Amino acid sequence: MNRIPAALSHLLPSTLAFFTPAHGASPNAREIDTLYKITLYIALVIFFAVEVALGYALVKFRKRKGAVAAQIHGNTRLEVSWTVAAAVILVGLAVLTFAKLSSIQDPPNSGPGGAVLGEQNNLIYASSSRKLPPNGKALDITVIGRQYIWQFVYPGANEPDGLGAPYSYEELVVPTETTVSLDIVSSDVVHSWWVPELGGKFQAVPGYHNYTWFKISKPGIFRGQCAFLCGRGHARMIATVKAVPPAQFEEWLARQKQLIAQANAEAEKARAKLKAQTGAGAVENP
Amino acid sequence: MATYAPPIPEITAHRAEREATGWTSWITTTDHKRIGIMYMVLTFVFFLLGGTEALMIRLQLGAPNNTLVTPEIYNQLFTMHGTTMIFLFVVPMMAGLANYFLPLMIGARDMAFPRLNALSFWLLLAGGIVFYASLFWHPPEAGWTSYPPLSDALYSPSGGQDAWIYLIHLTGLSSLLGAINFYVTVANMRARGMSWGRLPLFVWAILTYSVLLIFALPVIAAAVTMLLTDRHFGTHFFDPTEGGSPLLWQNLFWFFGHPEVYIMVLPGFGIVSEILPVFARKPIFGYKAIAASTVAIAFLGFLTWAHHMFTTPIPEAILVFVMLSSFLIAIPTGVKMLNWIATLWRGTIEFTTPLLFCAGFIALFLIGGISGVFLAIFPVDWQLNETYFVVAHIHFVLVGGAVFPIFAAIYYWFPKITGRMLGEGLGKLSFTLMFVGVLATFLIQHVMGLDGMPRRIYEYDNVGHLALYNLISTVGSFILAAGVLVTIINVWRSLKVGVTAGPDPWKANTLEWFTSSPPPVNNFDVVPLVRSFEPMKDIRNEVQRRSGDSGAGASGTATVPAGATQVGL
Repeated sequence: MNRIPAALSHLLPSTLAFFTPAHGASPNAREIDTLYKITLYIALVIFFAVEVALGYALVKFRKRKGAVAAQIHGNTRLEVSWTVAAAVILVGLAVLTFAKLSSIQDPPNSGPGGAVLGEQNNLIYASSSRKLPPNGKALDITVIGRQYIWQFVYPGANEPDGLGAPYSYEELVVPTETTVSLDIVSSDVVHSWWVPELGGKFQAVPGYHNYTWFKISKPGIFRGQCAFLCGRGHARMIATVKAVPPAQFEEWLARQKQLIAQANAEAEKARAKLKAQTGAGAVENP
Repeated sequence: MATYAPPIPEITAHRAEREATGWTSWITTTDHKRIGIMYMVLTFVFFLLGGTEALMIRLQLGAPNNTLVTPEIYNQLFTMHGTTMIFLFVVPMMAGLANYFLPLMIGARDMAFPRLNALSFWLLLAGGIVFYASLFWHPPEAGWTSYPPLSDALYSPSGGQDAWIYLIHLTGLSSLLGAINFYVTVANMRARGMSWGRLPLFVWAILTYSVLLIFALPVIAAAVTMLLTDRHFGTHFFDPTEGGSPLLWQNLFWFFGHPEVYIMVLPGFGIVSEILPVFARKPIFGYKAIAASTVAIAFLGFLTWAHHMFTTPIPEAILVFVMLSSFLIAIPTGVKMLNWIATLWRGTIEFTTPLLFCAGFIALFLIGGISGVFLAIFPVDWQLNETYFVVAHIHFVLVGGAVFPIFAAIYYWFPKITGRMLGEGLGKLSFTLMFVGVLATFLIQHVMGLDGMPRRIYEYDNVGHLALYNLISTVGSFILAAGVLVTIINVWRSLKVGVTAGPDPWKANTLEWFTSSPPPVNNFDVVPLVRSFEPMKDIRNEVQRRSGDSGAGASGTATVPAGATQVGL
């Protein structure tokens, strides 16, 4: 019995958070939240007005001795006016959405404290197939969904076919103050990329590219998980985004590259050993 | 003078048909009433199965990181639950109600094609058996939406997915034949004087339901056939590695799937539009507006399917178009809500159980309708899509918009079907438990979604207050189930000891109350001339007028001042 009042006391200060989606870490998530809140206020007014009218009608017009039901068949003027009123509210919502749309969809430039994006470290992306910041510079990361893990591939391939690029699983490390552009793909079934505090979700559909972006101002860890049923391990297909200062990011990326190279070298060695043991040609290169 | 007494002419108005008895008479019957009863009983059994699956889902989610069921069984549970409730409960339950009452309401002897009608029922049963037989092997686990590639042979090799495909085909064929039958019946077999403007609103709803089914079902039939050939015959409609497109499935599925929502709720709207005026003792407010908005919703319902695909890679122009068309559909729906409240306004409301379920419907469906507007705003949907917010939305729409009207219909029409009244005490208890249960189960799910809980996950970590929210939801689901159980007990009791109903216990407005309860095989010996959309009210008023009773009698309409209704337009 003690659990519930304790939980309620936690809830009360954060009443508004109770009614709104997670947000705060990226501008697009904040803008969606604002749009949501304005819709919520309008919705609450309509909700209470209609429920109160219903409740009032039920109580006030309950059957009583001597009461006579008014035999009204309709009222054209009233019906037309509430139809128009509903339309006006919806036009208002549409206008509001259009006003907010570009701040949600269009990525901004990286901040002054963001990572340096350029030829020198291969951290640049320029393509016409997706929305880019006004200066055309964003950290491009390919997000690959597969049963039941997220893989993140960074720019920096040293071979033309894209091989040799640094990558990571489950945890996406990004620099703060930097616009990060995501190219979301799937290598098996439909998944959905979603880290609530960094904006909306986008399906990873095999055969298609889907794009979104985020820009994190302060270091932090943001949790998300696959948001479309992808099989039995769906509930455990988690994603973490870790934002670190740009210097630390470059350091991490270099280390990641080195670790991958090391692991590749070890795998090469193991393959050679296996080949020597079983005879040449018995193990084909995959 | 010899008196001459002419023989009194005797005319047999109809050849009296003897009611067939025994179990074979049920299997061979083409009587729309018996078929209707079989529909209702069968679909209610599926409702209980689907409900049991829902309770198991809620038990699993009652605590964080619960290990009650495996992920495999969990996926099977929500696949079975969604599929059962939609294809084996709501849609065919509406067909069952329409089967029984549509011919009676329009003064017809039976459906236009009685044998086709029987075929519809037996196809439904076959679909249900095919689907539930998979329990003994391997039930499907790709969700009721069955998106490929997950539903492809590679990722779902079991026969359960094929059972799902055949369920869609068999129940789809059943619904399609039923829809054609309803349409033809309404178009051709209405009582004399029943013009389109005097059609009961439930019949308008079923007519629209039928048209929606006729347009939507061929598309899902094509889609599941393509899935079947992808799975077994080497085609690649949905296989991206061979040039197919998983998005094609999403488009085809939702082209059917969105109208399907209106297929499920429009008959509910019709039921409410019949029941509210009876217990408010007032004509429906804005008959034409309600009939027209039903048709408008049906039309717009075909333009909004891509709002289920806001997070997929589709062009922005489509996102905008679909947002606006989804907004548009809120207008006729809102108009209906206000019309129903205006129907209660200045009435003399009798708080019977059917009326309570209708009022509960308005209160709950409003929540589902409003949350639908949030989901139509596509940037907001990017946050809410595929979370428990959507689960809450669809359950307020379907439990509010379909299950509550179905329960209203059960309480309202049970006396006509069986000749006995259901208990009002148990009925009100059932309503209270169900209303509280729905609010407790689903209101909190909005918050779960806003806090980032995706749907279709078998376990979750104890972050924030998720554990508490889920516990509330689970407790709520059992309250809801208790409410359903009370109605079952009520039905069981009333079948044995219920008060005799008589032909017109509610003093209702439509023609089914003109005949005895239960109606004879031929429904009516005489069909009265219909002069308004409330023919029974006209008849009662006429009887009162002729008998010189100026209106202080026991009947409900006795309070109606003479001449106030538009009798004999």
